[in-house]
Amino acid sequence: MTQAKNFAFGEDEKMLRDTARKFLQDNLPTDKLHQLVASNSDPYRERQCLWDKNLWQKIVDLGWTTVIVPEKDGGMGMSLVALCALVEEAGRAGLPSPFIATANSSLVLRECNSVAAGQLLGEIAGGKTASLAITPKNGSWRSNDCDVNAADGKLNGSAWFVQDAGKADTFIVKTQTSNGMALYAIPVDSKGLTVVTDAIIDLTRDQAHLYFNNVHVSDKQLLATAGSACSVLNSAEPGILTLVAADICGAGEWLLQTTVEYMKVREQFGHQLGYFQALKHPLVNVMIMIDQAKSLVYNAACAIDSEPENAAKFARMAKASASEVAAFASNRSIQFHGGIGFTWECFVHLYTKRQKHNQVLYGDAKYQRAKLADILMGPVTA
Amino acid sequence: MSEERSKDSPEQAEFRTYCRDWLNQHDAGVPAVRLPQSAIEIMHSEQLDYLRNWQREAYKAGMIGCDYPIAEGGGGRKDCQIIANQEMARAGKPFLPNILGLGMAAPTIHFHAKQALKERLLPGLFSCEDIWCQGFSEPGAGSDLANVQTFAERKGGKWVINGHKVWTSLAHFADWMILLLRTDKSSKYDGLSYFVVPIKSALGKGVTVRPLIKITGETGFNEVFFNNLEITDDYLLEDIGKGWQVAQTTLLHERGAGPMVTPSSGRGGDKENVVGDAYALINLAQNSTRDDKCAADDPLLRDQIMQMIIRQEGSKQGARRAKVAGLCEHPMRLPLQSKLVMSEIRQDCGAVAIDILGAQSTLYINDENAPAGGEWPLAYMNSYGVTIAAGASEIQRNILGERVLGMTKSK
Repeated sequence: MTQAKNFAFGEDEKMLRDTARKFLQDNLPTDKLHQLVASNSDPYRERQCLWDKNLWQKIVDLGWTTVIVPEKDGGMGMSLVALCALVEEAGRAGLPSPFIATANSSLVLRECNSVAAGQLLGEIAGGKTASLAITPKNGSWRSNDCDVNAADGKLNGSAWFVQDAGKADTFIVKTQTSNGMALYAIPVDSKGLTVVTDAIIDLTRDQAHLYFNNVHVSDKQLLATAGSACSVLNSAEPGILTLVAADICGAGEWLLQTTVEYMKVREQFGHQLGYFQALKHPLVNVMIMIDQAKSLVYNAACAIDSEPENAAKFARMAKASASEVAAFASNRSIQFHGGIGFTWECFVHLYTKRQKHNQVLYGDAKYQRAKLADILMGPVTA
Repeated sequence: MSEERSKDSPEQAEFRTYCRDWLNQHDAGVPAVRLPQSAIEIMHSEQLDYLRNWQREAYKAGMIGCDYPIAEGGGGRKDCQIIANQEMARAGKPFLPNILGLGMAAPTIHFHAKQALKERLLPGLFSCEDIWCQGFSEPGAGSDLANVQTFAERKGGKWVINGHKVWTSLAHFADWMILLLRTDKSSKYDGLSYFVVPIKSALGKGVTVRPLIKITGETGFNEVFFNNLEITDDYLLEDIGKGWQVAQTTLLHERGAGPMVTPSSGRGGDKENVVGDAYALINLAQNSTRDDKCAADDPLLRDQIMQMIIRQEGSKQGARRAKVAGLCEHPMRLPLQSKLVMSEIRQDCGAVAIDILGAQSTLYINDENAPAGGEWPLAYMNSYGVTIAAGASEIQRNILGERVLGMTKSK
């Protein structure tokens, strides 16, 4: 397999991305985002899922949810590179939406090769939202760890750390069966399903855990048959890692540019803050780290589309690099805004919180590097 | 194998096939002496002769100066130097010794010299007939390069040069020097002018070259003294007072950010065994021990090796992304990072290698028990040359913060 020229980022992809950037600048400037998600600062506030459904409908109309859905299932069948560019813009805008959770669902569904999965992909292209319910309570990211069981046509147990669950129409649920792991599509209004919203730090998304109490399932909901779910999820994992890394790059760029602008207006000791190398040089380091992560993101996306044998390796690199960006860009942005950076009214906290969430989601930098070492060096022998 | 080939234009594809065939059939032969790790560490003429012969052969075969006009001794091709570089690296050929000529003098001459001077100087530069060095830094002008004090005084239709250049790599072999000097003491930037100077023919007649010894114990760079050296306007690039602008072309190419692709060779091929490469750390760890266990099983070392591989891959993919304008926030953002990032990766790879080697890292290149011939500790020490030269890392961060991010100028 060969690497595509220019990361397969051509005129179509550029136009899609530029339109998205303009759309989000016009419709969700940061002050509006702050009003939307941060009007109540009380840590003991009622748990809510705050998002703009009208904005989401416009996003569906722009076609974002169809980008990687195959043409045979009613989508545009574009590259993962195109989707990454959109996710980067979502990160830059701090967009609260089911966009990424649904895109992750599409990544899983297109590996399933079942009639039910094809049908759900078509519904996603038409605007239905979805989220993955594949993580157990202990937070293990491994495909073979699970707290849900299927027996006699009924699901029981729990799934945790479900992203943007309050915005999802359907959950893709990983379950243990007597013949190995399977995936089912479970609509949010299913009898016996309880969605419990988590009290999380990030204001730009919601998260929940799900309880399954004798939730009835039929074969029409079976997306991946017993024994096939682990390999489906392992195949989709590089894409999922790459998308969250793209989100981090976009949000990192917002933090960088916002902090740099502050360096140009704030003066102390008779100089703009940018004059002082103790502030200038670390911001250059933030830029270098973002650029490293962004290059690795597009490389990984390209590899997932055209060199599957390298997909896992390059996606681990992208997420490891991005997780470092998430931590460092946030840290320097708060610190360099000084006292104002420590307040609720400074928008930096919105992005910092989104970054901290994404930093650990699907495995932090050290986790990714340990997995990468297993690929490149082989597992530890002793 | 076909990683680069899939992106080639028809001209590039044809040229790649030609290069690959020629490189398969032509070998530089086994050197009779230990080769240095890079061109700026060439110490003696046995090393130089072997490498010079290889550059001459590669030039004759059309793989050096490919993108320069034929009249200037080039190949008259378009976007083909990158192809030749990839193929020479893939073939694992030795590096090119005339690095300061190819990387800095040639593009500067191409963009700024009069046509007759280009035609006179560039063929000998490409063929390695003439070795070039760079007369920029001075004892009082390192990071603050525009502070150079070497002075050319106008006397009887000629320029009379007096001054002191330092950290001048390859000056001990050099035929020619690109020389940034002062022609006006009343203006810092506009008082600078840029000459090319035949220094070898002036040795003992106005030019003295004295070797400097590096922390590695190797020679390879020098001090150069000018004592009433006379030169005419024929050797001037652009006008008097335009030296700083001309120097920007040199510096941009020195930092890997210029418009001309610099010919390069070597350091390719089997990356698992190239001293200095992040992937080579895996092999090093697998062949090293930590107490009685394999160093490759130590989780902290594994993490450090992965950090280096990720940074190196990120840099490589950054070079790929720099060509896609739609994926770059600012046109100079990636090019101006290139030298800074690569030099720090090399240095940190050397530091990780020393951790991996443990007690073995104390053994140096003259010790018969040193793993990998003691080249890793040498590479680590040599890496400081690159984080300091061509604008220290701290200056690079100023440049990026100011020109790319737009923050106010620091002092």
